[in-house]
Amino acid sequence: MQKFFFLLTVIISSGYSISIAQNKQSQENNLGEIHGNVQVDFQIYNNDSAIGAPKVPEKFRLNGFTNLIYTKGKFTAGIRYENYQNALLGFDQRYNGSGIPFKFANYANNGWDITAGNYYEQFGSGLILRAYEERGLGYDNVFEGVRIKFSGIKGLSLKGLVGKQRIFFGLSDGIVRGFDGEISLNELIESRKDKKQNLFLGGSFVSKYQSDQNNVFILPENVGSWEGRARLVSGNFNFAAEYVYKINDPSAVNKYIYKPGEALLLSAAYSQKGLGINLSVKRIDNMNFRSDRDATLNNLLINFLPALTRQHTYNLAATIYPYATQPNGELGMQADVIYTIKKGSLLGGNYGTTVLFNFSNAYNIDVKPTGDEMGYKSDYFTFNNDMYFQDVNIEINKKINKSWKVNLMYANFVFNGKVITGVTDKTEVVYANIGVVDVTYKINSKNAIRTEIQTLTTKQDKGNWATFLSEYTFSPHWFYSVLLQYNYGNPNPDKRLLYPIGNIGYTKEAHRISIGYGRQRAGIFCVGGVCRQVPASNGLSVSITSSF
Amino acid sequence: MKKAVLILSIFFASNLFAQSNEKTIPAVEIKTLDGKTFNTKDIDNGGKPIVIDFWATWCSPCKAELNAIAENYADWQKETGVKIIAVSIDDARNMEKVKPYVQGKNWEYEVLLDPNGDFKRAMNVNNVPHLFILDKDKVIVYQQNSAAPGDDEKLFELVKKVANNEPIK
Repeated sequence: MQKFFFLLTVIISSGYSISIAQNKQSQENNLGEIHGNVQVDFQIYNNDSAIGAPKVPEKFRLNGFTNLIYTKGKFTAGIRYENYQNALLGFDQRYNGSGIPFKFANYANNGWDITAGNYYEQFGSGLILRAYEERGLGYDNVFEGVRIKFSGIKGLSLKGLVGKQRIFFGLSDGIVRGFDGEISLNELIESRKDKKQNLFLGGSFVSKYQSDQNNVFILPENVGSWEGRARLVSGNFNFAAEYVYKINDPSAVNKYIYKPGEALLLSAAYSQKGLGINLSVKRIDNMNFRSDRDATLNNLLINFLPALTRQHTYNLAATIYPYATQPNGELGMQADVIYTIKKGSLLGGNYGTTVLFNFSNAYNIDVKPTGDEMGYKSDYFTFNNDMYFQDVNIEINKKINKSWKVNLMYANFVFNGKVITGVTDKTEVVYANIGVVDVTYKINSKNAIRTEIQTLTTKQDKGNWATFLSEYTFSPHWFYSVLLQYNYGNPNPDKRLLYPIGNIGYTKEAHRISIGYGRQRAGIFCVGGVCRQVPASNGLSVSITSSF
Repeated sequence: MKKAVLILSIFFASNLFAQSNEKTIPAVEIKTLDGKTFNTKDIDNGGKPIVIDFWATWCSPCKAELNAIAENYADWQKETGVKIIAVSIDDARNMEKVKPYVQGKNWEYEVLLDPNGDFKRAMNVNNVPHLFILDKDKVIVYQQNSAAPGDDEKLFELVKKVANNEPIK
């Protein structure tokens, strides 16, 4: 707590000094700028054994974040103070406490960019290295160390870094070293300047060091990994390919096998006015990459393996059976099409009608156990019949007139719960159908009502669900909503429960507060294909965000 | 009680900054839809208003608002010269779908990709949707977090004021 009050004093006094300083700014304009944001989420918990809400002895829990960034010309510095007292239900309780896990100083000039302290980074699409923060998931694998970037020659970008990764309020045991380079041919080579086709080529090398303290295994202390990528942009077409290879890296996740790892990501897209198509293929083989070989869950990941499935937004489709990438091995594909039927046509009406279609699947890779320390062999393009996931969905967006707007969505899911959630007592495969009707009625320029009706039907797992949402917005400040979720088809009649939640929110410019009260069902909360299990809870929750 | 003090103090502190600050666009390297590197210090509209709107393909209210504006964007531009820059924070999972979506929905905005949230962080954005209005000197004169039906009409009122060099508060 003392630490906190110290920090607060620093913040407030710096605020005063800067506000004084800034009064003079109009004449001098050289004292720099200070900005930041604040997020505070807290919850007061009720006991609710019917929904399986865990007991919360503290009754009250809070996650708080404050970012401050100071900029003066080419110099930038910043900190983030985090406070978990104690971490909200569903977050790793090892976050409990407070501290400043993020602090940096950066200087950028003449194409050089040097950061000391903490930094986020991504090489290519992240298959080899990606450090990022996703507060809603309690995910933060930021580096602490030094990073140098150079982009002084047009069409060329170079990055080098050394650092340790964040683990709660500490740092990883292992050290990560990385280098990345990318060229844009048309920008680099003068004679190609006006060519319609542009080619981008990139590559990186990443290595981690962690000493071998194990008496049983001889473990590699330095694990190297390289990546190559290419992107061709030609008129309406866009092709991208990325491949990553990693030497033997026995870890808790791959059960200490010595097989090298690899991953491949291919994407082709076509787009023109009114039409967009994207096809992608992904193969992952033993590509779990962490700065601590014993780390699990979402901790200390060096790389990011995206889930190539649709990221749903409707409640039942997004949180009951979402796919999570399987780093030990998966083979999947996705097709995504968006088409807008022209306005003025029979189906297009006055505003045009948009149809979105998406298909995605994921299978296990072909695995032939070798019985030795290599673990298994895998034939590259052989599909295994072990299906992990499939999602076929179609959505229609239609604005009928100035007042009415309708969205319809249908999705069919196949979900291998045993593999994806890792919970072995789950029903092995769930087959589910989801339907959504979402209607917005704009009463006038300030008032609108949006209503969603959703159903999920399945014979497996917890059976059928229905969701009703009604949201009233008064632009630009207020919103009220009621969300009812009902597990009416649960095979256990005692579990056929209703989960009601009411919400009120107020926004003024970049300041927002929302207050909710009710029952939250257990679910899988995902952002960008990284997921976290959220336990059921009951009570009052408040979220405050502010940027300044 | 301590938590209440904490929240109040943070707000107190944040208000101090809010009152005291002129805010400009930080220099961050992100990407264009065609894969080129773009430095955000090069955001420009020749002295006309600029709207920077952070969004994602998985964010329904973001898309609803940008789709509502898209219907009238040509009129907005004619009347005020405004340029809307839609910054997608989609990561590798959805990044390749951004251009097909933008084209499929017939958006005429300038669209930038911020797949690792570098620009988002530098702009102190907590969550999407979050938009900024910039005046003729590229100073941020207004911010809005969240979007509701009708917000687009209010946004246009503000853009008109900015285009006429009127104070918006």
